[in-house]
Amino acid sequence: MIAPAKPELVTVNIDGKEIAVPKGMNVIEAARQVGVDVPHYCYHPKLTIVGNCRMCLIEMGLPAVDPATKAPVMDPATGKQKINWIPRPQIGCATNASAGLHIRTQTPQVKDCREGVMEFLLINHPLDCPICDQAGECKLQEQSTGYGRGYSRFIEQKNVKPKRTLLGPRVMLDDERCILCSRCIRFSKEIAKDDVLGFIDRGSYSTLTCYPGKKLENNYSLNTVDICPVGALTSTDFRFKMRVWFLKQTNSIDPESSVGANTVAWSREGVIYRLTPRRNDEVNDTWMADSGRVLYKAVTAADRLTAVKVNGADSALDIAVHAAGELFKSAAGAVAIVGSGRSTVEEQFLTKKLATALSASTHLVSRVGQGDKILVSADRNPNVRGALVTGLIPALPTAQLAALGTAIDAGQVKTVVSVGEDLFAAGLNATQLAKVAVIYLGTHANATSGTAKVVLPTLTVFEKSGTFVNQQFRLQKFLKVVPGVSGATDDLVVLSKLVAATGGAAPSDLNPLWKALSAEVPALGTVTFANLPETGLLLDATPWAALSFVEGETLHFKPAAQAAVVTA
Amino acid sequence: MFDFFFNLNPVIQGLIKGLAVILVIFPLAGACSLAERKVSAWMQGRPGPNRAIVPWFAYVPFLGRFLQRLGVFHLMADGAKFLFKEEPVPGHVNKLYFVLAPALAMMPAFTTVTVVPFGAYFDGAGHAIPLVLANVDVGLLAVFAVSSLGVYSLILAGWASNSKYPFLGSVRASAQLISYELSMTLSVVPVFLWINAPGTPGTMSLAKVVEFQSLPGFWGGTWFIFLMPLSAAIFLISLFAETNRQPFDMPESESDLVGGFHTEYGAFKWSLFFVAEYSHMLVGSGVFTLLFLGGWNPLPWLPLADFVAWLHSLGGAAFVVHPLFVGVLSIALFLGKVLVVIFFFMWVRWTVPRFRYDQVMKLGWQKLLPLAIANLIFYALAIAWVQTR
Amino acid sequence: MAIIPLERKPLSLAERTYLPAILSGLKTTFARLLRPIETMEYPEQRPAIPPGYRGVPTLVKDPNGREKCVSCQLCEFVCPPKAIRITPGEIPADAPTAQVEKAPQAFEIDMLRCIYCGLCQEVCPEEAIFLQNQYSMSGYTRAEMVNHKDRLYELGGTLPDPHLKWDKKKAAAEHGNTH
Repeated sequence: MIAPAKPELVTVNIDGKEIAVPKGMNVIEAARQVGVDVPHYCYHPKLTIVGNCRMCLIEMGLPAVDPATKAPVMDPATGKQKINWIPRPQIGCATNASAGLHIRTQTPQVKDCREGVMEFLLINHPLDCPICDQAGECKLQEQSTGYGRGYSRFIEQKNVKPKRTLLGPRVMLDDERCILCSRCIRFSKEIAKDDVLGFIDRGSYSTLTCYPGKKLENNYSLNTVDICPVGALTSTDFRFKMRVWFLKQTNSIDPESSVGANTVAWSREGVIYRLTPRRNDEVNDTWMADSGRVLYKAVTAADRLTAVKVNGADSALDIAVHAAGELFKSAAGAVAIVGSGRSTVEEQFLTKKLATALSASTHLVSRVGQGDKILVSADRNPNVRGALVTGLIPALPTAQLAALGTAIDAGQVKTVVSVGEDLFAAGLNATQLAKVAVIYLGTHANATSGTAKVVLPTLTVFEKSGTFVNQQFRLQKFLKVVPGVSGATDDLVVLSKLVAATGGAAPSDLNPLWKALSAEVPALGTVTFANLPETGLLLDATPWAALSFVEGETLHFKPAAQAAVVTA
Repeated sequence: MFDFFFNLNPVIQGLIKGLAVILVIFPLAGACSLAERKVSAWMQGRPGPNRAIVPWFAYVPFLGRFLQRLGVFHLMADGAKFLFKEEPVPGHVNKLYFVLAPALAMMPAFTTVTVVPFGAYFDGAGHAIPLVLANVDVGLLAVFAVSSLGVYSLILAGWASNSKYPFLGSVRASAQLISYELSMTLSVVPVFLWINAPGTPGTMSLAKVVEFQSLPGFWGGTWFIFLMPLSAAIFLISLFAETNRQPFDMPESESDLVGGFHTEYGAFKWSLFFVAEYSHMLVGSGVFTLLFLGGWNPLPWLPLADFVAWLHSLGGAAFVVHPLFVGVLSIALFLGKVLVVIFFFMWVRWTVPRFRYDQVMKLGWQKLLPLAIANLIFYALAIAWVQTR
Repeated sequence: MAIIPLERKPLSLAERTYLPAILSGLKTTFARLLRPIETMEYPEQRPAIPPGYRGVPTLVKDPNGREKCVSCQLCEFVCPPKAIRITPGEIPADAPTAQVEKAPQAFEIDMLRCIYCGLCQEVCPEEAIFLQNQYSMSGYTRAEMVNHKDRLYELGGTLPDPHLKWDKKKAAAEHGNTH
């Protein structure tokens, strides 16, 4: 990556505090750096600036210079350069930092401005808070506590607008609540590149709507719900499900592709209610794909594996591990392990240990889809690079397990350990699988789990902690959101028990495991799970520079020059 | 009329007498427990037990309702409950002594009743013949001797329970009973000094004491409570302690010892302790009445004989001088006084809070005993002075 | 905080015998004995419930029979012993009260947990939950002690509503400033 050009710093004065910020930075961001909050609705750091909500009005001034001589004009009272304050307030979002800029955000005039804007915004805003899903994370509520007047002077009829408009399959619009900030319009146009939203009519009749014959149905439509500062846009999935103040936020990672979008999982009492993006300016900014937001439903899916099975009969974990150990012994030297690009780095490390202990061959299944050039990449495995880093596989995986099939046909493999991979879907046929004993570790039932000799239920991404290495070779961690379902065991525990069944030993807790990882995987350096930053850690990718990864360009990612952009 | 009875075999006589004691004391004790509940309720502004009723009895006009409000059916219900409920015996107890203790509690309680005279009638010569089951001359001594055996049941119960709270309760009981027995005995000595004039054959008979309070004249008719108020007070206080009544409720002391010596007991065995406590109270009140309240004499300076004569002079009916009527009248008078004393017991119980154990001991040894000794010396000197003058 | 030592007054001889105190106590209890009974014979006699009494929390309907609760879950949030559990639900668009949009699918108050503090009533923005006169609440099982939505409405009944804000909202939608 090319290092960004060193920005030119200018000193600005915000509420009397001097701070050096890059030239051109807007005042809201500059104020945030000194801990001054400038209220705003339409401004969004990742969208263009329109300045139509007028909430971020501030007082602004510049050092006075003599028009003729350009010499600074000094203020005899303070001995400093005199500031020429602009008599009328300016909007902060459209004001860029320049040398000597002075900002005041706490003056009576600014306060009056904010109160005036609030009063106008609330004139037609319905008092829907008890039934509004945005309540609790509503900007209008927040600013009302600071700048609302607490009662209404408006005695006329409020506007009546459509309350339940479906803009698309996932987004519901309540036009009465809309404050016309246009964030959603700008997002669709600029980020999703799907220009479907716009305002019609004028004045208080202005209404957000889709263009005729179009729908807000792109894979990023739910981001409009996230950025809507009020409850106008709501998610049909989350609508009326739970109030946000009950929900616990846990950092997670979107596992749908190798982008590794950072997310927050919102849960209450062991039930996940929604997934929203978490800002990471190096990966996903503040966005995520709609397809990643429904993945939490897999946790409570009906086809979850919740019983340990040996030869199709319910069993206990230790018995099953013992049975697996017997299978390993009977097939000594003829064991193959199918790892997964969906496993965490830690699990892949333990899989590698298991393979080493059994001198087994290792395989990985690749999943390639169409990249959308935004936040879904072509590689639908979130952690193929983790398998490379931990040394589970030496080269990029193929979609079909042709080599494994050949080995089975040749009788060189008697037992196959599959870590969450459906071997049928990965290209092995029933004849081949009939020849081998399968040990299946996985979360959901599939054809392989149905035929496996030993089935060991494990946990989904939301029920465990771990790390993924995304397409940028960025090591990112996610945390356990909800407790695992009854009957399933943490993958790390299962893997370490399997390692123990071979006579080896491997830790199953994250902390000791990371000590071993740091010691045995040089690419990870000295990082540990606890001190891994929230925004992730970029690993050195040079050992794998020669490989041609399948990913195309996405947000904040450009494939290396030699990588052939292949889409299957 | 009574000859039939006196002609019976003495063994059968004794059996009948024993049965009479049980048949009288058990209901009386039960009635006392009900009275206790009612009195405490009224003192606390409550109605007290007033719900239980035998179904068919509810149809009896007025009386049914009245007895229900009075709570008498609670008494029956409680009795039936104690009889029929499960008898738990904890696993850690010494079974023999555990079962023996309540039976032992009943024995002294009933035995003492036999020597307490509860009435009198006049023979043809006008001599008062006391009504008593066993008219022994040692009278009061027998009461003291036997009733102090009652503490053994408490000690046995505490010991057999093999549990710390009952044990503490029984230890307290033994210490307390010994402490107060001294003052109690010393307090009644002046009474017997008074009635046993030098040179006459001595007696400890309780009937004799009543006889003395029935003599004519100012000094003769005086009840001993007026003659020896301090003796009466010491005796009464000691009686409270001896019967383990509040405020000397140390062996039970439910606020610090759960239930004291009977913590491990339930059902009928527990109710035996309960009846024993009330019969001790009854006997104690009876003795107090005999010693200090003039026994069956209706009023001070108004002996029973004079009262009967006055009644006879009123209407002139012959039956009033019949021994049976006089006997029943004397029993009623005596029982009435006993019940007043028992009411006083309850009244004190629901007024005065429980002492601390060290206070009980201090009061017994450092206050009452010296007082009783001083009282004895004073009356000994006074009586000597009066009788030698 | 300063400690103020108080001198205990020495007791007189009479006081040290405690007899005057005991006698006055006896007087007090005997006087009580003669006074009328203070208590109420409960199941037959019932206390008069004063206004503002905080009995069992109930849900109420408005005079038009509309369930007032919109399942905003503020009571669930504010409830100190976490006795309230609400599952929100949506009112279908073709229902007569469709303008309210939201209503509880399930509403449970665990009366074994409830402490009758009245915070739910205090916090309710829709005036839908009230602690009314019901003071006796019993059951044979734990499950019986959980009041479900139907029971809560049965207990609550209908209370007058001076605002009828949702009716006004509907009227506005029908005749108001629409376009």
